Formats: sequence, structure tokens, C-alpha cells
Amino acid sequence: MNQVNRLAKGGRIDRGRPLTFSFNGQTCHGYTGDTLASALLANGVDIVNRSFKYSRPRGIVAAGAEEPNAIMQLGATEATQVPNVRATQQALFDGLCARSTNPHSGLLSTIGELFSPMIPPGFYYKTFMAPASMWMTYEKLIRKAAGLGRSPREIDPDHYEHSKQHCDVLVIGAGPAGLAAALAAGRSGARVILCDEQEELGGSLLCSREMLDGKQASVWVAAVVAELAGMDNVLLLPRTTANGLHDHQFVTLYERRTEHLGDRAPEVNGQQLARACMYHVRAAQIVLATGAHERPLVYAKNDVPGNLLAGAVSTYIRRYGVVPGKRLVVSTCHDDGYRAALDWAEAGHEVVAIVDARERADGHWIEMARAQGLNIIMGSAVIEAKGKNRVTGARIASIDVARFQTTGPASELSCDTIASSGGFSPVVHLSSHTNSRPVWREDILGFVPAELPGLTPVGGACGVYALGDVLKGGAEAGAEAAIGCGDTSASIDLPDVERLKTGEALGLYQVPHEKPTLRAPKQFVDLQNDVTAAAIELATREGFEAIEHVKRYTALGFGTDQGKLGNINGMAIAARCLNQTIADTGTTIFRPNYTPVGFGAIAGRHRRDLFDPERYTALHEWHRARGAKFEDVGQWKRPWYFPSNNEETMHDAVVRECRAVREKVGMLDASTLGKIDIQGKDVREFLGRIYTNGWEKLAVGKARYGLMCKDDGMVMDDGVTTCLADNHFLMTTTTGGAARVLEWLELWHQTEWPELDVSFTSVTDHWATMVITGPEARRLLAEVTDIDLDRDSFRFMDWRVGMVAGVPARVYRISFTGELSYEVNVQAHYAMHVCKTLFQHGDKYGLTPYGTETMHVLRAEKGFIIVGQETDGSVTPEDLGMQWCVGYNKPFSWIGKRSLTRPDTCREDRKQMVGLKPLDEMVVLQEGAQIVFDPQQPIPMTMVGHVTSSYYSPTLNHGFALALVKGGQKRIGERVYCPMTGGVTHAAEIVSPIFYDPKGERQNV
Amino acid sequence: MFYIHCPYCAEQRSEEEFHCMGQAHIQRPENPEAASDREWGEYLFFRDNPRGLHQEMWVHAAGCRKFFNVARNTVSYEIFETYRMGEQTSVTAGTTAHGREGQVEQVHKVRRVRA
Repeated sequence: MNQVNRLAKGGRIDRGRPLTFSFNGQTCHGYTGDTLASALLANGVDIVNRSFKYSRPRGIVAAGAEEPNAIMQLGATEATQVPNVRATQQALFDGLCARSTNPHSGLLSTIGELFSPMIPPGFYYKTFMAPASMWMTYEKLIRKAAGLGRSPREIDPDHYEHSKQHCDVLVIGAGPAGLAAALAAGRSGARVILCDEQEELGGSLLCSREMLDGKQASVWVAAVVAELAGMDNVLLLPRTTANGLHDHQFVTLYERRTEHLGDRAPEVNGQQLARACMYHVRAAQIVLATGAHERPLVYAKNDVPGNLLAGAVSTYIRRYGVVPGKRLVVSTCHDDGYRAALDWAEAGHEVVAIVDARERADGHWIEMARAQGLNIIMGSAVIEAKGKNRVTGARIASIDVARFQTTGPASELSCDTIASSGGFSPVVHLSSHTNSRPVWREDILGFVPAELPGLTPVGGACGVYALGDVLKGGAEAGAEAAIGCGDTSASIDLPDVERLKTGEALGLYQVPHEKPTLRAPKQFVDLQNDVTAAAIELATREGFEAIEHVKRYTALGFGTDQGKLGNINGMAIAARCLNQTIADTGTTIFRPNYTPVGFGAIAGRHRRDLFDPERYTALHEWHRARGAKFEDVGQWKRPWYFPSNNEETMHDAVVRECRAVREKVGMLDASTLGKIDIQGKDVREFLGRIYTNGWEKLAVGKARYGLMCKDDGMVMDDGVTTCLADNHFLMTTTTGGAARVLEWLELWHQTEWPELDVSFTSVTDHWATMVITGPEARRLLAEVTDIDLDRDSFRFMDWRVGMVAGVPARVYRISFTGELSYEVNVQAHYAMHVCKTLFQHGDKYGLTPYGTETMHVLRAEKGFIIVGQETDGSVTPEDLGMQWCVGYNKPFSWIGKRSLTRPDTCREDRKQMVGLKPLDEMVVLQEGAQIVFDPQQPIPMTMVGHVTSSYYSPTLNHGFALALVKGGQKRIGERVYCPMTGGVTHAAEIVSPIFYDPKGERQNV
Repeated sequence: MFYIHCPYCAEQRSEEEFHCMGQAHIQRPENPEAASDREWGEYLFFRDNPRGLHQEMWVHAAGCRKFFNVARNTVSYEIFETYRMGEQTSVTAGTTAHGREGQVEQVHKVRRVRA
């Protein structure tokens, strides 16, 4: 396509560097310095999208973040797809590949176009509500038809970064106010960050008609940016959007580093650059210099392509050398609307008329327009645009704003572009991200930010528009923000600005039509969400009076738009319909993100291998070499099972490992168990208060199993704690509970019992633990240790110090399998050596490594619980049948004790742990399966418990399970049923949870 | 994200280093066996949820592991004060945010089972 709308000269584009790009498959041309939007307009592209609800053709309206229509899907390949990019914010690069998010009519589009009078606000709620179960289906269809962009289906080849920053002054926005503020703060020596969402710093000054010191404003911008760039204490961030302002002056900045360069981040010196960076900034002071968005006027068919914001027209002409049409009608109610006509005329195109709703005006720009002989029509407005795919004319009429009606017959002007401007709305979005409501100011006809600690709005963001005042206010705010962080005594030399004569603006939002709003052609308020003035009026008639309700009912200001163009007009219309002021109506809250943020930037480096830390035991490489399959336990990688020759099934491996432990000897890496070193003269007392059982008499050299409850009496952790010395104990915790338990101990010590002399240190990673278990354990260990393993001197639940494989070790005689077991603890760095030595000696005893799956089977055969599997925070020690581990007579009322006598914990029908033996011995019940007493009961059946652990036992040669069953401990021998999906019901008998060696003889050999 | 002054480290740190542990100044009854089921239940399960000034217990989990108290406005999220375990806050309902009146909307009543 040719650049039919491009001027021969002018603008901040480089005509010497042409670029080629594609839009919906068509090849187009532009120049370096273009945005995608300016290039599309240069190529004469009128329709960039179809609208969300009614599928109407839509064109480019704005030149910045407020653009509601030109929402693009970018990406030349599947992997580089980026949805929801505003064409006005995307710099053009060679080869850019863009598609409309909603390019053509889909299912809903056809409905929307044909039946649009029948789609009132709340249509989706009203139509698709019943039956509720179908909403998911409807929603998918609606979303697909509505076109919200799509994510890539392939892995993003780029990478992203995070950066934490602290600064004294964060200046958001680098227009005149922001630059002046940054200059003042920067010169003081304070640490300053200046960010701006556009390609270039300078904001409105880049294409202003006004002169600074008698020169083009961009000259001053260049000088200030150069000075700031030379300051070590200033970080300049162009292409960086402050997308969220959070509590305590925490701001997230989304920097697009390479999206102006290409489809993928380029390589520099063999290093691929990060595509984007998310800055997490903690700022002592924030200067909000986000400027103002121009408000369009709401008139009939104001969505037809060719209806633009007046300021956007100026920006396209002055900054990009693009005139988006031939014949212009301007509709406005304040002086600044005239600028578009002046720029249009200076570009050599025809200005058909300037239609001003005011009765009279004599400001600087009006006089200039009069001097140029432009046709100015006062007391009137464009009440309706003509045309379908492009504006073909404008109907204008004289209007009475106060009585909201036209006062004379309408006439039609032939034109292809209508530029409207109803005034400016301060960009208050960031100020309301922490839930503070903007305040209406009648004198500037706009909402300004509420007062917030540490936040100073300047310039357009607080309704100051005269350039001289903007610069002065910015400089003052910058200096004030830097007080205490730098030397702010020197005054800033601001450039001279001519003070222009301006007339009073008129508050005009919706333009009255000859017909009442509900019958007039559609007057759009929110173009992105297809919300019309009639919809808002209807919502208020249906009783939605609070503005937040109006928003939700009509979808005004939803989605990625967040009410940038439409919100204030919507509030004004709601106010008119409710016959109240805008101040009374108030505004909705704008929420983060200000504009969409790529997920890549949110994730940063936290993806793939770095998504979550992985913890490895000291024996990890040994496990890998043995072909272990790993299981995630918390962040740990634990061997799950060891298939022989890498081909054995899990079932076969587990059967082999179980038999090895029960018949010969096995080795488990138990290093992941939490280990907390506890020292102090009051450790015994402390343990007695934390654990359910007694610790007063535990002698040096002995170990004891302990159960830990919360104060509500529910089991939270368990483990073996050993007495190393009278004032020195070592606690073990579950693998997943290590950090939680340490915090728990600290909590009680610091908040309730600070008088106890006790301190805690995590030593989980310092020790490696190898469990040697099975009938041959003693004979194997005896070969490599100097410790006397005699059964009567080194008894069950004893521990000893000695040498194992030539290194110092602590050996605990404790058992989680029910077999004769020794747990060998050595310093982690010796673990590999000790493990290899054990296996050198172990072959002849049949030493077999086993993993967590076999560990689970073996412990379940013994009825040993796993916290988090048999318990879920609602299970007491008594529910587990572990009264043997509860010290009812301990003098101190330990944590959880009082709760065991609460009425709820005393109930007879509490769910209690039992064993289940399926009647069909080959059945392995599903873990989590619900249990019922009566399988014949019609649905919904009464559920009386669930299966907590279930395995096949190679030792017993049948399936078995542990379960929680209501009143189960008194129901031994009774039958229960597990109805499964698919109609199968398994029957099982309630049995003791100890399936193997109930007397515990095997561990005492 | 909050910016919290740890009274032990004496530094401002980001919220991600801390865990909130709920309402502060909940005292475990000294003699639980003497507490009625109702009193014990109140201690275990009942917490205030005020609009305005609230005292919370936090722990510097990824820092010094110390527990401390925070006086915070639950509406504006402003932190008035952080103070060590065993201390009482000097903040009252009359305390104003940045010198402005009327920020704290309701007096926080400390619930004690046994004072």
C-alpha cells in the first residue's frame, strides 16, 4: 500500500529509513519513528478492528495509551505472538507483522450486527444466565467471538528480567511537568528515576505548537534529556510504563527493551537481550506527571472510522507527518480543540468547519483560526456522523447544553474526518490503584487524584494545562520531593513561555441529538466495550444508581481499556440521567494494570529450571547414576523408586524393593527430613510443652518419637527427637514441615515463653541420613563401623556416636519400616563416600536402594502415619489411635491438650484412622476415595470418610489401605464401601491399621 | 506491597520477607484447664476484623526470624508503628495519619480471655 496520507515533510520520522510491515497479511510501508498506528493511517487504513459486541467497523481514534480500537495481535511466528498491543504504542520496525484482534465477523458478530437493537446492557447476564451449568460453555463462545487476542501456543523464545530499585524521587511521565520535576530533583543530587511510556521522552512537547525560549519545544526537551542522561544519580527509562502503584510507594515499571527492534529480542555480541524488564521500585516520593487524556464528545455514530480525537489529529500531523483525511470538521467546546484545525490547515488540507458549542470565544487559538479565515460555527456541535466504513459527513445543529436539546434544524457538512474534543481528563489512574477515589473539580471539569502520602500530581495530572504553569509546578514538585535527599537550594532556570489568552471551557460530554438518547443512532461512550449513552441511561432506569453498579452492568471501563477515553463521559451521562452532579455521582476506581503487561515480564527469570528452587540431597548424583525416578517432596527431589536396567515398571520395582527390605536389607536416603538443633537448659521443658508426649526422662543416648499439635488439638507434625546432651537435642520433622515447625517453635518461644532458655538452628542440610533397614542391617553395618551393635547394648530407640566408613557418624536405631533399622547420619560432604562404602560391603547381603514409594508401602503396612496424608489439619492424636503418644498427666498444659476435651474433639463419631482390607484381595483402593456404609443408598449418599493411603503389599500379597472412617475404631470387622466413578463399588473390611508384625518383634531382633 | 520496619533489624524491608501471623496480643490462657469451653474457643478461633486501627503480629521470616507487632490501618494500609514483642503500641484511635485527623475510624478492642 502507498502512504497516501503522508506529508512530504515534517514530523519526527526519518524518511531516509523506510520500513516494510504487514497488516492483516497486506504489505504496508512506513518510516523509522512511526508507530504502527501512524503508519496505518499513512497507508490510508480506515478499519483496524471490529467492535467487541456489535461488530461495527472501527478506526484509530487516539495517538496514545487511551486508544480503544486499534488493539493488535503481533508476531511473525507462533512463538512470538503478543496479544492486546495498542497500535498507538507500538514502534514500527522492519518486518513487523500485525493482525486485528477481531478482524472479521464471527458468530456473535452476525448476531451483533443484525440484532444490535436487541442487545441491551446486561444482555449476557440476562440471556446466558440459565441454566447456570451452561455458563462455562457460553462464556467460551462469547470470548471467542468477542476477540480478546490469543496467547502463543509455542514456548516464548525470549527472556525477561526483573530489577529491584530504590530511589528518592520517582517521576512518572516525561512531558513538560515530568522533565521539569526530574531536572529539579536530579540537579539536587537525589536519586531519581524518570520513566515514560513513549518511545521518546518529551510527551506533548514533541509536537507542541508552543515555543520555549522562542524555539521549538523539542529543542528544550533534547537539552534537558541530555543533561539528565549525564547525571549518575538519574535513571532514564523510556518505553517504560508505570503499570501499577501499590502500597507504601511501591511501583511496578514495565520496560519494553526490544519491542521496537523486532519480533524477537536481538543478539548483541552473542548475547540475546532481554525483551522486557519489570522494575520493582520503592520510591520515597513519587511525582505523578502522567498528563491528561483528551475526552471525545459523545455524539451519534461517533465510532465510524474517521472520528478522531482533536489532539490525536494534531499529533499525527505534527509528530508523524500524517494527515488522516482530506476534509475536516472539528467539534469542540474549549480553545484547545482549535489546534487540530490549525495544524490541518497548515498541512494544506481543507478545514470544512470548526463547530464550537460555546456562544462566544476569543482565545489565542480562536483568533488565529479567524485570522486564517477558517469557518467557525458557534453555539453548535456535531450531533451525528454520517457514513459506515468511513465518515462521509457531519450533521451539525445548534444546541442548548443546559436543557440537553438541539435548538435548531440540523444541517449536513460533507467531510471525511471529524475531530472532537470535550476537554481533558487528568490521568489519575495510578493514584487510584491503592483504592483512593479521585475528586471532581468543577473549575477544570475533571477528576484529580485524591491526596495520598508521598504522591504529588503535577501538570495535566492535576488539571494544570497552561504550559508555563506546568513547567513551574513540575520544577517545584521535583525540588520539594528531593528535600532531605539532595541540595534543593538552587532555583531551576525554566524557559520562557508566552502566556496565551484562553477562554472558559464549556462542560459538554454527550451531545444532544434531535431524537431522545434511547432512539437516536448509537452514541458511543466506551468504544472498546461497546457501551453507548443509551445503555447507561437504560441502566439508570433499571435501578442501577451507584456508579460501580452502572459500570458492572454496562461493562463501562472494563478490560484493558480501564476507562481511559470513556469513563468521565460515562459518569457525566449517568449524572445527567440521575439528575445529580458529577461530583455526587463520583467515579469508579481504576485498577492495575494501566495498560496490559506481558506475562513474560511478570515471570522474569522465574521460569523453567528457575521457576522454583530445587533441593538435592548429598546423594543426588548417586541416585541418578542408579537410574532413580524422582518425586517432588516440597522443593526436594527424592528418589521415588529405582527401576533396574531403567526398564522395570514402578510396580515391579516397588515389589522388589519391599521384598529386599523385609527379607534382606535396603537403603533409603532420608536426608530431606527437617533437622532442628535445639540447645539451652530448658530444652526438655520446652519440648514437653510443644510435643504431646513426655520428655522429662529421656536420657542422653536415647531417642523418642514425638507428636506435635496446634493448640486446637489437631496434629501438625511428627518426628523423632534425640537427646544429645542434657541441654542439647536434635529434632527431626517431616520433609515438608521443616520450615513451618522451626517458625512454630520460634513463635512459642518468642511470644509466650521467652523466659525459657532455648534456641533453635536449622541443620537440615548439614547432615545426610542413610537408613539401613532389614534383617541383614546389623551384619552389614558391623562391617563398616566401630560402634558396638550388640542388640542388648545398642537397643531400639538408642543412638550412638562412632565411625562409619571411617568418618564420624551418629547412628540412630529407629525404624520407619518395622524392620531392624539403623539411621546413619554423617556430615553431608561425607555422604557419597559412606554410601559407596556401604554398597561395596552390601552386595553380599543383597543391599538394595529404595525410594519413597517403597517407604510408603512399608510404613503403611505398620500403620505408621504420614502427617499430611493421614492427617489434614482436622485429625487429633486420638483420632489416629495414638493415645500411647499423649501425655495426659504432664504438669504443663501442652499445646493442644485443652482442646482434646472440647465437645467437638470428644465426639464418638469423629473420623478415626483404621485399616481397610478390600474383599477382593487384588483391588487397590483409590487414595481419596469416599467411603459409605450403605452402598444401596440413593445419591446423595452419606459419606463417612475417605481412603488416606492405599497400596499393594508384596509382603501380604493383597491390597490394603489406611482410612479415616466415622467412629471407625469401634467398627473393626464391619464392612464399608467405596463407590467409584463408572459404577463400580469396592467393598472392604475395617481392620486394625497395623497389617504387619503387630507386636513389633522384627525391629527388636 | 508493604514496606515494613523490622524493630529488631532496624531496617525497612519489603513485605516478601515477612509473614503475617494474624491479630496481635492474643494471650494464651495461663491455665487452659480452668478455661471454659467458650473461653478456650474464643482464644482459639475468634479474632477482630476492625475497620481502621489494627494490631497484627508479623514475623521476619526471611530475615532475623523475630516476631513483632504492627499497628496498621486496615483501610489505608498505613503502618503507624512496629514494636517488639512484649511492648505495647503508643498508637491509639486518636493517632492521625501524617498529621491528618479522622484517619483511624474505630478503636481497636484488644480481646483478652484472661487479662
